[in-house]
Amino acid sequence: MAEKELKKGNEALAEGAIRAGCRFFAGYPITPQNEVPEYMSWRQEEVGGAFVQAESEIAAINMIYGAAATGVRAMTSSSSPGVSLKQEGISYMAGADLPCLIVNMMRGGPGLGNIAGAQGDYMQATRGGGNGDYRLIVLAPNSVEELGNFPKLAFELSEKYRVPAMILADGILGQMMEGMSYNFEPVDPKTLPAKPWALGINDGTRAKNMISSYGLAEGELEKMILKRAERYALIERDEVRFEERFTEDAEVVIVAYGISARASMAAVNALRKEGIKVGLLRPITLWPFPTKKIAQLADKCKAMLCAEMSLGQMITDVKLAVNGKIPVHLYAKPGAFFPIAEDIETAVKSILTGKKDFLFNLSDLAEKADNTCHKPENKICKEGTLL
Amino acid sequence: MNPVTKRPESLVDIPTHYCPGCGHSVVHRLIAETMDELDIRKRTICIAPVGCAVFADKYFNCDAIQGAHGRGPAIATGLKRSRPDTIVFSYQGDGDLASIGMAEIVHAAARGENITVIFINNTIYGMTGGQMAPTTLVGQVATTAPKGRNEKLQGNPINVSEMLSQLKSAKYIERVSVDTPQNVMKAKKAIKKAFQNQIDGVGFSFIEVLSICPTNWGVEPLKALEFLRTKMMTQYPLGVFKDEGKKEEGK
Ligand SMILES: Cc1ncc(C[n+]2csc(CCOP(=O)(O)OP(=O)(O)O)c2C)c(N)n1
Ligand code: SF4
Ligand SMILES: [Mg+2]
Repeated sequence: MAEKELKKGNEALAEGAIRAGCRFFAGYPITPQNEVPEYMSWRQEEVGGAFVQAESEIAAINMIYGAAATGVRAMTSSSSPGVSLKQEGISYMAGADLPCLIVNMMRGGPGLGNIAGAQGDYMQATRGGGNGDYRLIVLAPNSVEELGNFPKLAFELSEKYRVPAMILADGILGQMMEGMSYNFEPVDPKTLPAKPWALGINDGTRAKNMISSYGLAEGELEKMILKRAERYALIERDEVRFEERFTEDAEVVIVAYGISARASMAAVNALRKEGIKVGLLRPITLWPFPTKKIAQLADKCKAMLCAEMSLGQMITDVKLAVNGKIPVHLYAKPGAFFPIAEDIETAVKSILTGKKDFLFNLSDLAEKADNTCHKPENKICKEGTLL
Repeated sequence: MNPVTKRPESLVDIPTHYCPGCGHSVVHRLIAETMDELDIRKRTICIAPVGCAVFADKYFNCDAIQGAHGRGPAIATGLKRSRPDTIVFSYQGDGDLASIGMAEIVHAAARGENITVIFINNTIYGMTGGQMAPTTLVGQVATTAPKGRNEKLQGNPINVSEMLSQLKSAKYIERVSVDTPQNVMKAKKAIKKAFQNQIDGVGFSFIEVLSICPTNWGVEPLKALEFLRTKMMTQYPLGVFKDEGKKEEGK
């Protein structure tokens, strides 16, 4: 195994993409991912690739659309508000079956939110995000090492299925420094298999190539979508990735991805020392989601706990997988707050003892809201306390 | 016998969906002839816009990509920077380029991308049924300006060629028209030069073509041509706004 070096998450990711053969990058500045375009600005030049600081995220994703159409491994990165702007281009790329890599170093939202790490874009990433009926392959790293190694996996999956891939990480991962190593040799783009659909020079041995997402004739679009759905089905069958820890005898299984899984793992270790049977299931692919695995675990354990830096988004997929067999609880840290391992421990204990400490429930908020200032007729609301 | 005109090889032999008299058809032909004459068909990539020319990807006999509304110049940037050995042209309408895509065209020009842009100005949103465009003339009726464009409410038209010619990295900018045989010939010459520039690595070349949309203007093609000559050309004078490309031999 290669020796570990200390790297910042964003730089490990950028270098990992270069090593994976990425030769086109376009992006627009936004914290907490600025190191990615900064690194790419000189590194692409070194390896003979292209770097463009785009005028907006909309332009950046459309540059990726053009670059990817020539068959080059193309990538853009941004953070939540910027990824919202990219949705138009992502939808076009999904509709045109173009492989590419989009990175979202999630930050607090909605709106301008803040610049700390968050996990509020899960729904946007896993449901498509832009207009129309499509999916992205979504990889969720939980370490600097995975940030560095996932671009290659993302490009490979994206090209294999001609489905755009996204790395969904967060500001904490992007900004933190850790020992890491690359588990693959640098890819020489020239050695990659040719893409017969790519635009470029036509020496007359093929028909003209066309890249588009439209199908205006009657039934044409349906055919296109169903053809794509076949590939979605293969992805769901063959490409699910997850990490499983101490689930064998677990009474409570925590489900968490990305940085939340790190805090959850710390909680699992601490609880195990106390003899509490708890395990962790960490989805690595958020789409395809480890639905089957979670369904199997639901047959063995008593309850599940989702730990998310959001109001609870992934929990929707967990509940669908569990299908009502066992209770699924939520430990929520929205607003770009790092999940705290001790709180997750308390949450697990609460589940086992039937208390509610640190368990998050939207209906509890309604009760609370009734007693405070959100009801207009509630006179106890002092001026200035309404947000 | 040699036919005086034949279908350019760079146009696929299928009927187009353009209305009779529409300027798009004429400009398609001029671009195709140019591709034939410069022998670049096999390495040209066409970017089709959102607008009446959406099927340009089907009509031109070269590799092609259809892009989101107004984003042609960004897509062109990605294509050209990844494949500098190809000839990339973005074909756009005035709603596409001067409204939703204003940022993309300005910045592609500012970066001096070595691409060719053909801009069809028909003062209206053709495909969606005749709504007001940024290029609609003051007083001109549109479905979203039923009393005519009102300067006080909707401001004045944008003269894109004049605007872009302020940018140092834009190398060649000309406004032409396809209303008479003479003007069509001038337009052809300009389009050809805009492609030749790209071959020569001159940089950003932009041709604005004044064009008619009889269907959405609600007039006969002949009346439409009259409107173009009397009204459009006043707001949008023809001419070369910038030419910093290679000078032609013997001049
Ligand atoms: C994002 C988005 N907004 C709006 C539309 C609808 N739309 C289709 S064509 C068009 C207008 C095109 O007008 P123009 O660019 O002037 O081209 P023309 O049809 O006149 O040649 C619009 C607004 C769209 N397809 N996408
Ligand atoms: S609607 Fe106007 S622009 Fe569109 S094809 Fe018809 S005449 Fe041409
Ligand atoms: Mg128009």
